[in-house]
Amino acid sequence: MLRVSLALVFTSSVAIAKPYIPTDDTVVLERLPERTEPSLRELKRMRATLAVNPRDLDAATAVAQRAIEASRANGDPRFLGQAQAALAPWWNSKDPPPRALLLRATIRQSQHDFDGALADLDRLIASDPRAAQARLVRATVRTVVGRYAEAQSDCRALAPLAPPLIVAGCLAGPTSLSGDAAAAYDVLTSALARPGGDAGAVEWALTLAGEIAARSGRAADAERHFRQALLLDPRDAYLRAAYADFLLDAGRARDALRVTGDDLRNDTLLLRAVLAERLLDDHRAAYSAHRAEMEARFDAARLRGDSLHRREEARFRLWVDGDNRGALALARDNWKVQREPADLRILVDAARAANDAEAMHIATEWMAQTRMQDVALVTAMGAPR
Amino acid sequence: MIRVFVMLAALLALAGTAAAHKPSDAYLTVTRDGAELSGQWDIALRDLDNAIGLDTNGDGEITWGELKARRADIERYAFGRLRITSGGEPCTLRARDYQVDSHTDGAYVVLGLAGHCGQAAPTLGIDYRLFLEIDPQHRGLLNFVENGESRSVVFSVDTPERTVGGDHAGPLTQFGTYLDEGIWHIWLGYDHILFLVSLLLPAVLVRRSGRWQPETSFRAAFVDVAKVVTAFTLAHSITLSLAALGIVALPSRWVESAIALSVVLAALNNLFPVVANGRWIAAFGFGLLHGFGFAGALRDLGLPTGSLALSLAGFNLGVEIGQLAIVTLFLPLAYAMRMTWGYRRLVFAGGSAAIAAIATVWFTERAFDIPLFAAFAAGS
Repeated sequence: MLRVSLALVFTSSVAIAKPYIPTDDTVVLERLPERTEPSLRELKRMRATLAVNPRDLDAATAVAQRAIEASRANGDPRFLGQAQAALAPWWNSKDPPPRALLLRATIRQSQHDFDGALADLDRLIASDPRAAQARLVRATVRTVVGRYAEAQSDCRALAPLAPPLIVAGCLAGPTSLSGDAAAAYDVLTSALARPGGDAGAVEWALTLAGEIAARSGRAADAERHFRQALLLDPRDAYLRAAYADFLLDAGRARDALRVTGDDLRNDTLLLRAVLAERLLDDHRAAYSAHRAEMEARFDAARLRGDSLHRREEARFRLWVDGDNRGALALARDNWKVQREPADLRILVDAARAANDAEAMHIATEWMAQTRMQDVALVTAMGAPR
Repeated sequence: MIRVFVMLAALLALAGTAAAHKPSDAYLTVTRDGAELSGQWDIALRDLDNAIGLDTNGDGEITWGELKARRADIERYAFGRLRITSGGEPCTLRARDYQVDSHTDGAYVVLGLAGHCGQAAPTLGIDYRLFLEIDPQHRGLLNFVENGESRSVVFSVDTPERTVGGDHAGPLTQFGTYLDEGIWHIWLGYDHILFLVSLLLPAVLVRRSGRWQPETSFRAAFVDVAKVVTAFTLAHSITLSLAALGIVALPSRWVESAIALSVVLAALNNLFPVVANGRWIAAFGFGLLHGFGFAGALRDLGLPTGSLALSLAGFNLGVEIGQLAIVTLFLPLAYAMRMTWGYRRLVFAGGSAAIAAIATVWFTERAFDIPLFAAFAAGS
């Protein structure tokens, strides 16, 4: 049954498109991302150099680092694949050099292989407890999987090794999610109040502050932080998605749509746009087009066996398709792997919609156990269906 | 230092978020109709540019003119990374038409393909390596179509080789297909037949006071044959299953040489008996070896992943049926002739000597990799 449905999906996704022969040699078929970004042209050159001597660790780590940055800036996993390819000589090795190990851990966590990433980071930190970057990465991964106390201990070990804003940002996540949101927020905002600091670090810290303020019910503060962060980097897709979610929760679909913008090649932004357009009568046409596009992207991901989109797909199934049971199944699978507030939120929303006491129990237990504070989540738990 | 921190920190803010764009995929459709293959292969221009460079003038745009100019290179690159085999023999593949198409993540070139498989087999082996070394996140999404039914398979850096086909028909048909293959395999694999015959030739005789005498009761001959055949069957079923399921693996040259040697020894034992009345033990011991040989043949046929156990059982049963057919033919005939000079001198002694000689040639060829008589090369 599964095989048949997969085959059908696959056939349809290919069959919709129709191959053709362009009529003119000058027709532009594809615009490469490096057309507008010099750093990507540089990456291409670096990769060509590396190809001559693939075991050159310096060149390989430089390419991997640059490719990871590119994947982050463009939200494009093809660059993540290039980063992995650059590390090929060490990718399956049991004991890679520390620099390669750190990059491997970073790529693994991006692919949601959290156990693999943590194993690499444990090894790195065991051999060098003062490995600051490894500490920061491990704190973040531990936060994503809900191991807050361990994350905090990594952040504290970072204190003598990194700038105060980085340490405060590191602590803000796990601390705010384990019962001390107010304290975490104060520490973070006072670190932000100090002059100086790299623009990228400030933007990152402002995004975190916006998220904590939103969870604490300080809507005006949250909005202020999100807007300040947007001024520093208007393209940041993670920030825009977080801001759009905040606006959607506030019932401000039109504002959310302004934040997601026109460039919807990014799946996370496309999902927010669909969720906003669903609520707006004057966006019917865009809604149905974007809904079909989102569906096509989930199909494409499912075909290749990706499970990276479970959280997003659960939200789509619940709010767009009204498929409560399907959404709940995805949300529960997702919850086994990652435990960020957004993961808990979709679990609760789906559990309520499907009237599933067991899933609801998982969520309330987690809330009680971690003492997590999140006003939107509490509202969702008690909201009348 | 701070920049690096920022990069990682900002990157990690995304930790639980899905990758925002579509990763690299290529879409391969292969349709099989008898020995003929046809299909198409959609490959992203971005990936091809990444691999061999399409943007000839370096303006960041790929035009139809630029794509046409690289046609031969693209076809050579792509088809050099796709191998389709049938029954262990490679199928020929050639490019046909050359078009473009768009998917959710941009423009793709669409390569038409046609192919021919000289060796018929229920399954196809497909080895897909496109882009795997330059982007380990790449996936090849195959849609295999046969008899109007399609099946999806995903190739990745961890699974570049897959077997398709053979499980489209119902379970019964599929069982039948492998049963058939099993019967033919024992008939075409002379080394298995000759081994069995060597063990059966003495069944209608009995060794008394240093000489072969005719067996007096058919029942005794029958029991002797049954013991030998059962032991052989049991033994090769065990190793065939172990090897087919990937639990035990032996180098095929080693196995094939040892099988040839087992035939030599079985035949020589008739001329210079070491084991006379406990031949079932030899049948069991050497049967273990022959099972590995059957597994090699089955590997070439390919086992459908969807119903491995069923196909394996079918193949094994086929081998037994083929073997029983030989026995049913042999036993009454040999029993009737056992008193004659012709049987004892010509068939028994002469036959055993001939078998030993042929098998010695096989052994030499296989163990030392020297082709002595190509015509004698046993299909095994």
